[in-house]
Amino acid sequence: MSALVIALVVWLALWALNVWLAESPVSRTRAGKVLVPVIFGATVLVLWEGLVRGLGVAPVILPAPSAIAAKIATSLPMLWQDFAQTILKGAIPGFLIGCGAAFLTAIAIDRSPFLQRGLLPIGNFVAALPIVGLAPILVMWFGFDWQSKAAVVVVMVFFPMLVNIVAGLQASERMQRDLMATWGASYLQTLVKLRLPAAMPFIFNGLKIASTLALIGAIVAEFFGSPIYGMGFRISTEVGRLGLDMVWAEIAVAALAGSVLYGLVALIERWVTFWHPSQRH
Amino acid sequence: MRNLLPILTILAGIIVLWYAGTVWLNSAWVYDQAQRTGTTVSFSEMVAQTMDQDRPVLPPPHQVAAELGKGLFGQAVTSKRSLIYHGYVTFKGTMMGFGLGIIAGVLLAMAIVRFRVMDMSVMPWAIISQTIPIVALAPMIITLSSRLGLEGRDLPKAIIAAYLSFFPVLVSMVKGLRSPDQMQLDLLKTYGAGEMATFLKLRLPASMPYFFASLKVAIAASLVGTIVGELPTGAIEGLGARMLIGSQFGEPLIMWASLFAAAILAGMLIVAVGFVERLARRRMGVPG
Repeated sequence: MSALVIALVVWLALWALNVWLAESPVSRTRAGKVLVPVIFGATVLVLWEGLVRGLGVAPVILPAPSAIAAKIATSLPMLWQDFAQTILKGAIPGFLIGCGAAFLTAIAIDRSPFLQRGLLPIGNFVAALPIVGLAPILVMWFGFDWQSKAAVVVVMVFFPMLVNIVAGLQASERMQRDLMATWGASYLQTLVKLRLPAAMPFIFNGLKIASTLALIGAIVAEFFGSPIYGMGFRISTEVGRLGLDMVWAEIAVAALAGSVLYGLVALIERWVTFWHPSQRH
Repeated sequence: MRNLLPILTILAGIIVLWYAGTVWLNSAWVYDQAQRTGTTVSFSEMVAQTMDQDRPVLPPPHQVAAELGKGLFGQAVTSKRSLIYHGYVTFKGTMMGFGLGIIAGVLLAMAIVRFRVMDMSVMPWAIISQTIPIVALAPMIITLSSRLGLEGRDLPKAIIAAYLSFFPVLVSMVKGLRSPDQMQLDLLKTYGAGEMATFLKLRLPASMPYFFASLKVAIAASLVGTIVGELPTGAIEGLGARMLIGSQFGEPLIMWASLFAAAILAGMLIVAVGFVERLARRRMGVPG
């Protein structure tokens, strides 16, 4: 019971600290903006650890964070192998191919308003569909290895990306396009110097959505067949064997990979669209 | 209706490409069969034979449509092979998750707008929570809830669906509740309105357009979550489970039919949400 009490006390103390920090001038500084969420994350972990220890929760129901950390430390090679299979071979190539294909398609139909008017509603609709359902079919087509995972990711990211790029290419204003015309700019020059930069906020919005979809696609596809490694495979087999600490270790890796991918996109966005109001503080 | 012609053109293009793909992908099997029996097939014979295989690599649209029709109308609604039955199971899970997601999203948004400490500590984690592929959690949530003695798969499915659908609601509601500008807030202050009155009479109505815009995203996300929740390990009911069965027994037609049933369900849900949105906007006196 004492573990529970200690955890509760620590949690309350840290929460009070957060309340105080949020009201104090520290919260306006950059360090404060990082510190407060980090403390919050720590309180959750402490509470979790305390609950598991204090209430004696069986490890097959919920392992303690310390047990998960220990598991991560002892099975690094296996985690790396799964990570390489699912993220590096499945999600990333699929993400790049899907986004690249969407970009080329958007450019290809850029000169035809007719095709755009047709494709945009369909693309919007398809983007809302549960494309994940294609996973079993694509696994059947491309086999168990990473190719089928990449294919699922390609299909999943293609439509959200396409819709965003097409919308983005229409984002420049009439006046700006007219100005380019008065300068005698060709179609290509207008595209490269005006319309693509103007489309960047939309494109990055799509890339952010696509980066999370890519991980979902790569992991789900492994539920339908995979080699004997990979994050989705490991999760589904370890759940069957009640090795929940391993499952949580994989989830931690997935969370880290997802956050890093998202953060990378956000970082590039800040660098590319520095002129956009949302990036200026 | 200006868009009707272009949409139909694109759809026709997709169907033509699909038939071409059918011939291309299924031809290998036809030639294989012909070689085995020692006969040769002409091109037109080959094309004809790619159109009605039992286990095609890519079934042609009419085969999928036939299977879909059989699944939707060919059996009693209560039959285990009826797609309406499975669709209903998925629909139920989606709506439960959608409801949970809305409640969680709105409550969290209210707390975040009201308390600065919530904004600072919870908001970053809400964003991070969406970069975690929920599907990694799905099998665990399901086994966990059965271990905790929860019967059935409805609740775990709803939790997964809610996890995916709360986020768009949260983000939009935070934006919406903060949308009244300083002038409006000042006006209410001069009226002597308390915090509660400001919330009910200004912030909440102002957030409604944001709220409804997020619902369309949330319902689609909820459906994806439900289907993912039906995929792993041992589900027998729902469109996702139907896909899994099709995959395990090598019946591509079942997979395609359930995929299209899921697409139809998604379409109906989005239209329904759009209808509710229009109704609410008219009720609140928004022109158009």
